[in-house]
Amino acid sequence: RSRIHKFLLCASGDLVKVFSTSTEEWVHVLQGHTNVVTGITLNPANQLQVYSSSADGTVRLWDFTDGILIKTFVIGYPIATLLVSNKHEGILFLVVPAKDNSNSECLQLVAAHVPKTLEQEVEVRELSSVLPNISPNPRAVGFGREGEYIASAEGLKLIVYFFRDQKPYRSVPLISSKGAKNTFTCVSCHPKDDCVATGHEDGKIRLWRNFNQKKEYTYTTLHWHHSVVNTLCFTPEGTTLLSGGIESVLVQWQYDRNSKYILPRLGGSITHISVSADGSLFTTSHSDNKITVIQSNLKVSAVIQGLVKGEAVHTDLVIDPRSKALVLNGKPGHLQFYSLQRDKQLYNLDIVQQEYIYQEGLDQYEVVKAAFDAHGSCLATVEERGKKLSDTEITLKFWDYNETAQSFVLNTTVMTPHDNRITSMCFFPTAETTMVVTTARDGCFKAWLLGQESDTENGPSWSCDFVGRYHDLQPTNCCFSADGSLLAVSFQEVITIWNPETWELLTTLCQPPGNIKDLCFGRLSCSRYLLATTTKNMLCCWNLLTCSLEWSTSIAVTLLKADPLSENMAVFTLQKEQTDLFVFKPCEPRPLFTQNALCVGEVQRAIFVPREEPLDNCDESSLWLNRSQLYFTINPVCHLLPTQAVIDDSVAVTPFYLLLGKHRQREQEMCGLPVTEQQGRLLHTAAHVLPPASFLCNMFVKSLLISQTGVKVETEPSEQQAESEKEEEESEEEMDSCDAQQDRRVQGLGVETVPLISKAQERELKKVRRTDYSWLSCLSDS
Amino acid sequence: MGEFTVHRVRFFHYMPSGICAMAFNRRTERLAVARTDGSVELYSRTDHFFQEKVVPGRQQRSIQALCWVGKRLFGAGLSGEIAEFDLDNLRLKFSQDAYGGPIWSIVCNPQGTHLAAGCEDGTVKLFEILEDQIRFERNMGGQKGRIISLAWHSSGTKIAAGMIDMIKVFDLDSGNAVQRLLVERGSRMQQSQECVVWSVLFLSDIIVSGDSAGKVKMWDVNTGTLIKNHQVTEWDVLTLSVSQDETSLFAGTSEGTVVQFQLLDVVLGQEEKEWVRTRTFKNHTHDVIALAEADTVIISGGMDTQLVVRPLLDKLDFKSRDSSLLKILFPQRSLVSCAKKAGLLLFQYPTHLELWLKTCPSVHLMCLFPVRLGLQGEDHVCCSAVAPCGEWIAYSTTSGIRLYRLQRDNKNVSITKVPKLPKVLRHAHQLCFSPDSSHLYGTTSSAVHVVALTSAGCKFEHSLKPNSCVDSDGKFLASANSNSEIHIYNMHKLKAHCTVPVYRSGVSAMGIHPETNNLVIVHADHQIFEFSIEQMQYTDWSRRVQKEGLHHVWLERDTPVINVTFNPQNPNHVILHDSYMFCIIDQSLPLPDRKSQFHNQLTLKSLPEAERLKHSHAFKECKLYQPLLCVDMLENQSLVVVERPLLDITTNLPAPVRQKKFAT
Repeated sequence: RSRIHKFLLCASGDLVKVFSTSTEEWVHVLQGHTNVVTGITLNPANQLQVYSSSADGTVRLWDFTDGILIKTFVIGYPIATLLVSNKHEGILFLVVPAKDNSNSECLQLVAAHVPKTLEQEVEVRELSSVLPNISPNPRAVGFGREGEYIASAEGLKLIVYFFRDQKPYRSVPLISSKGAKNTFTCVSCHPKDDCVATGHEDGKIRLWRNFNQKKEYTYTTLHWHHSVVNTLCFTPEGTTLLSGGIESVLVQWQYDRNSKYILPRLGGSITHISVSADGSLFTTSHSDNKITVIQSNLKVSAVIQGLVKGEAVHTDLVIDPRSKALVLNGKPGHLQFYSLQRDKQLYNLDIVQQEYIYQEGLDQYEVVKAAFDAHGSCLATVEERGKKLSDTEITLKFWDYNETAQSFVLNTTVMTPHDNRITSMCFFPTAETTMVVTTARDGCFKAWLLGQESDTENGPSWSCDFVGRYHDLQPTNCCFSADGSLLAVSFQEVITIWNPETWELLTTLCQPPGNIKDLCFGRLSCSRYLLATTTKNMLCCWNLLTCSLEWSTSIAVTLLKADPLSENMAVFTLQKEQTDLFVFKPCEPRPLFTQNALCVGEVQRAIFVPREEPLDNCDESSLWLNRSQLYFTINPVCHLLPTQAVIDDSVAVTPFYLLLGKHRQREQEMCGLPVTEQQGRLLHTAAHVLPPASFLCNMFVKSLLISQTGVKVETEPSEQQAESEKEEEESEEEMDSCDAQQDRRVQGLGVETVPLISKAQERELKKVRRTDYSWLSCLSDS
Repeated sequence: MGEFTVHRVRFFHYMPSGICAMAFNRRTERLAVARTDGSVELYSRTDHFFQEKVVPGRQQRSIQALCWVGKRLFGAGLSGEIAEFDLDNLRLKFSQDAYGGPIWSIVCNPQGTHLAAGCEDGTVKLFEILEDQIRFERNMGGQKGRIISLAWHSSGTKIAAGMIDMIKVFDLDSGNAVQRLLVERGSRMQQSQECVVWSVLFLSDIIVSGDSAGKVKMWDVNTGTLIKNHQVTEWDVLTLSVSQDETSLFAGTSEGTVVQFQLLDVVLGQEEKEWVRTRTFKNHTHDVIALAEADTVIISGGMDTQLVVRPLLDKLDFKSRDSSLLKILFPQRSLVSCAKKAGLLLFQYPTHLELWLKTCPSVHLMCLFPVRLGLQGEDHVCCSAVAPCGEWIAYSTTSGIRLYRLQRDNKNVSITKVPKLPKVLRHAHQLCFSPDSSHLYGTTSSAVHVVALTSAGCKFEHSLKPNSCVDSDGKFLASANSNSEIHIYNMHKLKAHCTVPVYRSGVSAMGIHPETNNLVIVHADHQIFEFSIEQMQYTDWSRRVQKEGLHHVWLERDTPVINVTFNPQNPNHVILHDSYMFCIIDQSLPLPDRKSQFHNQLTLKSLPEAERLKHSHAFKECKLYQPLLCVDMLENQSLVVVERPLLDITTNLPAPVRQKKFAT
């Protein structure tokens, strides 16, 4: 009988996702907006419908249980926030840019009268301005008791607008002492009493009362947060107030008592809180791509965790050979194991093993390198602290996989393995010897060996076996050949080849000018080749048998990656801020596959991920994808959004562009959408019906033609291109139908269970851009 | 400006005592503050909380409660006596034992006819207030358990008494307890620990109580049920105060916080109202023991000895000196007297005097050694003075004046008491020696008494009219009283010379210039006047000051000027000081105008010599030494600066209650 809060809605990119609160699974997705979804609210008249607003200037009404679009209201302005109220039926309150002001930063609140028509798409013309100067933060506007008034906070001002007497009251908080950071950050109104709660930058929460008085307004201060209060929310009964901030602690304040309960250690900082209509469930969304569902007795009932995005990917993308999971640094001091196949975080490995305390400006330990051995039974990690300081603290840790614990267990900790930052680290490629080679800026490379069993009581531990130098040059990269017989270490311009058995310098290779950026041995049939890229935009290939340069070409290579299961190599180049991709075999001068204008901006990291089962695809251009897939990350903040000129320092991580170059994907990028789950989904649902990736790249051809060695490339016939595109479309249709089936199934589930209410999750435009890479859930395996 | 040798004195171990009770008289706008040493201070609200009067304390006198009845001030304490203070003569008028053991609380009824005293033996004793005394009327209650706090209903028919673990409501007609409200014990302490109701308020329809469990509770008067319970602190709620219109309420806690509650609409524009906790002020480090609300300000005082006047900004219309926080820590009168010629310092402590003698002949070094003068009797020192020649020391308590003669030969110091002081001179508010040390002037509420001093002894010469602040230069004597009337006497003719026009604010300090015979008067509102005694009119400089107005920085200072002295080397220099700065006024320089920079010493330094004169103005402030108790000029162009570092005071206070700063 009790109305269970069953669904959770969450805006993500241009989609609205519907999650089940009990199973944490992604139920379905409301798709239709062409730009970032900025706000979602339930239709107060019908609890099974939801309004969503988007920066594309439309408000859409959905039936979220079935995932059907009911109506589209065209507003014509990018909408920053959407509000609806019970009292004002047929009126949508929207925050849109002020008309008379060309400055797009200036926002105003307008009331849009929704005409009652049966048409699917309605254009709304009646807009009446309510309040000017609205904060772009969607949390800074809120309806008061039964829609009687609306409260908006901007900067140092709190404005309360009463609909009855059409008059705003302003209050300015006391700017008492110098340096007091009183800026408002969020607003929430008590549902029954005339009380407005505001959060402030200094961590205080103020409860304002008597705000219809000019002077005799008064407020109560609640102070627990030590820095910004990000979000506030009253429960529907008004008995408690929830607040969250950067501390990742949910604080539950008793409304008329001076007591509070806290729920600490929720993960990343809390960006949004909302409460189900019956007040039984709270949800918090976090900056680390997580949604937590919390019961009203402050017990966490469900966690929906996506790929944690930190400030940057410090570790290279690594594949755990055992679980086939993608490994990269996640939460501060942790390595996350993320399953690409299931699109879900598998687990976190605490590397630093220290309590993480948020403190602004505090220098934290970061995991910067990680490497696995061939079987995934050993893991080596490097953590360092002191990016800004001159004295960096570096720790090298070796981990063993423990079968019983199903996790990695710390074996050896080496404090300060090198005097300066470690630049690269690699494992011996075969299982016979367990050896790790590290290179660092202190001018030497070290080889670490697992000792003999008898060494200590606790089993073997790691120790340094060899320290190598070359002419006091700084080593930049190291790489083992596939059979482990050779170790290549690049020292600035010179590549040195060592015998790892005897630690004898075999030969040196050099192709000035430019320092070596990437280094890579060929595999399988091409194992006699060694490839390197230089900072002076050269890609060189040496034949190790003759110790001579086989070929070289001049392209602006940003990244070179080898497929561990084939001879293939992938090269990303950057030209005119567009990244192109080439796949080739070192032995053949002709590229297997090229795609120009793969994405905008520089590719940061990339990796070949082996498939679980190889594809049997005979299309020539996509043969290379048969055994593994290539994932890469870019820095998406380049200039995706012309409207938002502000460039974030924090490099948002990991939109995993799947290498299925679709034109649509590019379009999305252009209009400011970072890559979507959809792409990922596309991949996963259609894993066995992978369309031929058929993109030809004239640029590659041209660049190769120019190159000095004169590699000959045949242009592929254009007919083929057209053909492949057709194929692609077909496969897309196929997938759509597949989706539809799923949706139907889910519907069935929804109907069977209880009448449902759901809550909307709003996100600010900017926040969305940062957070919506949330791979929050995975589609059930099809 | 001139250079001075500064003697920086930090060995005056002045220690203010904690505030234990306060009472505000809305009619006269006077605030009475009782301290733990038994002294009572009177502050005038209209005059920016200028300390007008001090009734000196007495050993073993403790005051637990103060109560205004009209213009009369009553106090009661653990000695079990109810006393009335004589505010003209600054001493006790009478005291009467209540015969109920220690008294914790007294209140007067709204009609001003009766006093109720809450006693240790569990009785509420009613006294009728008569013209010159109080008369016991009857007892109420009488069971075991002390009565800690009392509150009288505005109708005058009911009294609420805060006891241990409960509140009793007495009906005055029948004299019986009509209600018992049980206060539950806190969860913090063991259940065995009793809950003390430290404070009760009787509003028109509710009773508010503050107890040692840290709760402020609102009770319904008619049914005796608990309406609302606010957990304010982990520790004790010690005091409560309500505004006159009963819409705002303050609670002082052991944590040093003052918490405000307001009666607010639950839904705007509707009848239903609720007491809501709103603001919290934290200005004290220790227990807030006493609170008083005076319309637009809330005054709090406690164990940390300071009186904090906190403006309620929502009740003020514009920004002024009243809208800033005021902390009163130091007495607004001088406790140090300095013998200019002999270089002696006399420090006045409540129970003794300390005389520091200069033993080193060197000009720049002032090697001092102390002579301690114990007091006879239980009364505390009310004022003291040392003659400029260093031969005479005088002090007064409420019971008598003592005069000592100091004789020095080489390093031997002998102090002999001068016997046979004139009988008229029983008690003085102020003592002062003439510059040639030939006369001692003592003031009482009615007259100035003049005593001629000779090496043989002393002789009463004359009595002149009233006063409280005295200064003289041999020929003239000026005295100011608490009504800020200033009388000037000609000491050669021994008669009144003239009076200075009365100004609205109290006189905080004054001095007669030794050469020009101009009287410099500084008022509590920081206005400065210069009055020429010979011409019996304000000087041109004074008129100019009034016309141009003083700089706002000068007017916005917190503390009043305590002392006025003059630079013997430069007749244009007047030296003033308050607790946080001393200032040299050069009367030859132009006054600062509104826009000019007030503290311009640093800017002046950076300017070339020629331009300096153009930018300099009359006021030269120095904030190097803080907080100041005395700044005086010695003869050889040297300044004596007596400081009392705040840290020394705070370290001498008892430890505050333990509080967690972070963590939950």
